[in-house]
Amino acid sequence: MTIVQVALYAMIGGGALLALVRLARGPSLLDRVVATDTLLVIIAAGLAVHAALTQDPTVVPVLVVVALLAFVGSVSVARYVGGMLLRSGTGDGRDLGLPVAAEEREAGS
Amino acid sequence: MTGSSDVVAFACLLAGAALCLTAGLGLVRFPDVLSRMHAGTKPQVLGVLLVMVGGAIRLDGWTNVWMLLLVAAFQLLTAPVSAHLISRVAYRRRHVRRDLLLVDEYGGPGRQDARYHGDEPGDAPPEQPAPQPS
Repeated sequence: MTIVQVALYAMIGGGALLALVRLARGPSLLDRVVATDTLLVIIAAGLAVHAALTQDPTVVPVLVVVALLAFVGSVSVARYVGGMLLRSGTGDGRDLGLPVAAEEREAGS
Repeated sequence: MTGSSDVVAFACLLAGAALCLTAGLGLVRFPDVLSRMHAGTKPQVLGVLLVMVGGAIRLDGWTNVWMLLLVAAFQLLTAPVSAHLISRVAYRRRHVRRDLLLVDEYGGPGRQDARYHGDEPGDAPPEQPAPQPS
């Protein structure tokens, strides 16, 4: 059973580390939002795995809080980015002053 | 707990943890926001459901089972909402690799809404179409 425990923690830890890599590198803000969302889900899964392995239900209410926070965080940042986009538009519908998307900036340089 | 239910629980936990690992791999390796969302939403629904089922089998007491069920139902309700918001803003802000899209129903000819339609800030007008390379 210890092999199963090591495999569980290794897979969840590896997924969290790779999500952190994308959170640090990811060229645009929305990449970081997606990485944060996935990271919180992986953290919730890790807490549930810990609770299941130790058969200790102490961290089960924390799961509810983490699930709530993931949704609220990603939705609020997405709406914030949408508001930035609305303010950057001019009257005739042309999006003057919109910053260059990160992928295009990296491709150009 | 009997042995067979433990086997089922650990199978569910292992499948959910494997989905978490694949989500991390896909987040690092995929090229743009939409495909990273495709990778990242795998543990958001199926992985969390599998882990919750495994935890509900392992943990005793109906309180924990209902709380894990609450988390699973909340994930099922909120994952489409946040994914919809993020993908719409990503499309509008040109974080989408257009050359990788097979179907682009927003950006086809005649579909460019130059005016402001919709009631959300994310519904701000999309960018002007890029000049086609001849």
